[in-house]
Amino acid sequence: MTTLQTVFSKARAENRAALVGYLPAGFPTKEGAVAAATAMVEAGCDVIEIGLPYSDPLMDGPTIQDAVHRSLTNGTRIADVMRTVEGVAKSGAATLVMTYWNPIDQYGAGRFARDLANAGGVGTITPDLTPEESGTWLQESKDAGIDTVFLVAPSSTEDRIGKVAKICTGFVYAASLMGVTGARESVGSAAEGLVGRTRRHTSLPVCVGLGVGTGKQAAEVAAYADGVIVGSAFIRRLLDAPDEASGLASVRELAAELAAGVRR
Amino acid sequence: MSPTEAPILTAADLAGNGVYGDDPDGHGKFGVFGGRFVPEALIPALDQVAVEYEKAKNDEEFLREFDHLLRTYAGRPTTLTEVPRFAAHAGGARIVLKREDLTHTGAHKINNVLGQALLTRRLGKTRVIAETGAGQHGVATATAAALLGLECVIYMGAVDCERQALNVARMKLLGATVVPVTNGSQTLKDAINEAFRDWVTNVDRTHYLFGTVAGPHPFPEIVRDFARIIGVEARRQMIELTGRLPDAVAAAVGGGSNAIGIFHAFIGDEEVRLHGYEAAGRGLESGEHALTLTAGTIGVLHGSRTYVLQDDEGQTIESHSISAGLDYPGVGPEHAWLKDSGRATYHGVTDDEAMEAFALLARTEGIIPAIESSHALAGALKLGRELGPEATILVNLSGRGDKDMGTAMKYFNL
Repeated sequence: MTTLQTVFSKARAENRAALVGYLPAGFPTKEGAVAAATAMVEAGCDVIEIGLPYSDPLMDGPTIQDAVHRSLTNGTRIADVMRTVEGVAKSGAATLVMTYWNPIDQYGAGRFARDLANAGGVGTITPDLTPEESGTWLQESKDAGIDTVFLVAPSSTEDRIGKVAKICTGFVYAASLMGVTGARESVGSAAEGLVGRTRRHTSLPVCVGLGVGTGKQAAEVAAYADGVIVGSAFIRRLLDAPDEASGLASVRELAAELAAGVRR
Repeated sequence: MSPTEAPILTAADLAGNGVYGDDPDGHGKFGVFGGRFVPEALIPALDQVAVEYEKAKNDEEFLREFDHLLRTYAGRPTTLTEVPRFAAHAGGARIVLKREDLTHTGAHKINNVLGQALLTRRLGKTRVIAETGAGQHGVATATAAALLGLECVIYMGAVDCERQALNVARMKLLGATVVPVTNGSQTLKDAINEAFRDWVTNVDRTHYLFGTVAGPHPFPEIVRDFARIIGVEARRQMIELTGRLPDAVAAAVGGGSNAIGIFHAFIGDEEVRLHGYEAAGRGLESGEHALTLTAGTIGVLHGSRTYVLQDDEGQTIESHSISAGLDYPGVGPEHAWLKDSGRATYHGVTDDEAMEAFALLARTEGIIPAIESSHALAGALKLGRELGPEATILVNLSGRGDKDMGTAMKYFNL
């Protein structure tokens, strides 16, 4: 099992940023998600975030909403998410689950943390779990030996950045802009400032996500962040592909482009 | 001071009566319910709203302005109407309606909207967004935006746009942009998701004028306080009319704003029973209902811990009700807390029962109620038979039924 710590020290040693890719479990199919994520890893992703599909994804833009809707229509359950993690972890990437809080809460925090660790997962990203509500999850994650990643945003005050950074392990997720997930023409100008502000509160790696979709953007972000997170752009490739084989080829191509970007 | 100048609202009215531990603890918790489960990006905006509201509610100038709008624009105080011909079908119990249907725009939603629109101005924001189910909150928000010169965007499920077409036209006429939401169940819950997405993107200049007592802190508290006037007036008026407090207060519950609005002033009166009526749709067994408090489980939806209609893995289950305003798989956290503490009790009323009460009030009293409010009326009919002829029941007639004529024409083959 590859840990986040291993990933970031390796990237640092190679004087580059890490590449983090996101895909929801069960999309385009249950097996297809493992195949796509594996292709992403083979082409250069260091970390994979497996999204846990949720019925009310209020911080996701249309692309992820579409993928998640298809996944839920495919009947994806948490057991499938765990199986996906297991499959992807075998590829050698550090594998996390990104999820809204309610599914963990209903599954049982302790059970979720243990099952994820047993599947080879190394942590979670929980975008709607605030420091005030995170007590149980921090304890259960610690007991299971998995990392807890939370988000800071351009709007975050120093006080909030401090509070969030304090409960993060593995890395801190810096949202590049105010908005929902989705590839954009340009990465928010606020991102670099936010990474700088976050570094004053933590020695953990800081990764930037939201709006990154090209090799050029990845290179821009890699100049100041420890990791570059890409989600919607991969999903877009799969949505636009006429069949599974060309979808795989397409995500592989994008991962390679991004991997070159973080090495520029 | 002439009667029209007498203030109808004081700081104490707004801030609540402080009994029964009913005020959020600073993290916005009602017992284990409430709180904030939102992206970190929204925390500063929620903090800003909370801080500004704390200042506003103790600011005489703000209170005076709100009071002025409630009196001269919304048409408060609203009257009570006793409905003996309707009550004859309720075992002879006395039934008294609080006439929120007589407010400007036709429903209780105007109270909260005027308060939050004034708050928007204090926040220095120029744009308001809102979700709407039945369209009443959307219409009220578009109205207040027109009044105060704010840009206004309303998110409404595509299904609701169709069943409440009249309200869509009203919002457009008032200058609002109405965005039909076509994802998920295409109803209120999806409209809320979409409004949150807009808010996180445009939060610098935008206030999310939340329409019910759900959502992340401080919305459940603010919306309740601005709706509290319903119960504050009704409590005083009931004593004037009947010489005592009612035996029971009945209200419909979707998200729960009209119910909290009329319940809250009575929470300290332990002899007054508080009854909320949720939409049982086609019945509990059919699975097509909005019985969040009656049949849901505790979870997180739209930023708040509360009762939710969800499966065993936390996926929200789509609700159903003939009334768009009650068609919501969540509920305000304060209702969750009132339920668990036993202070209020919640029951289901089916589509058919609601429509029967809808028609009955029209025929016996010449009042066409909103289908939402008809759930409370149907509840009062049952309650009257249960409590007997000595009982007095106060019902929140939260809105009028003009908007529902399309549904009624179909249902009754009119």
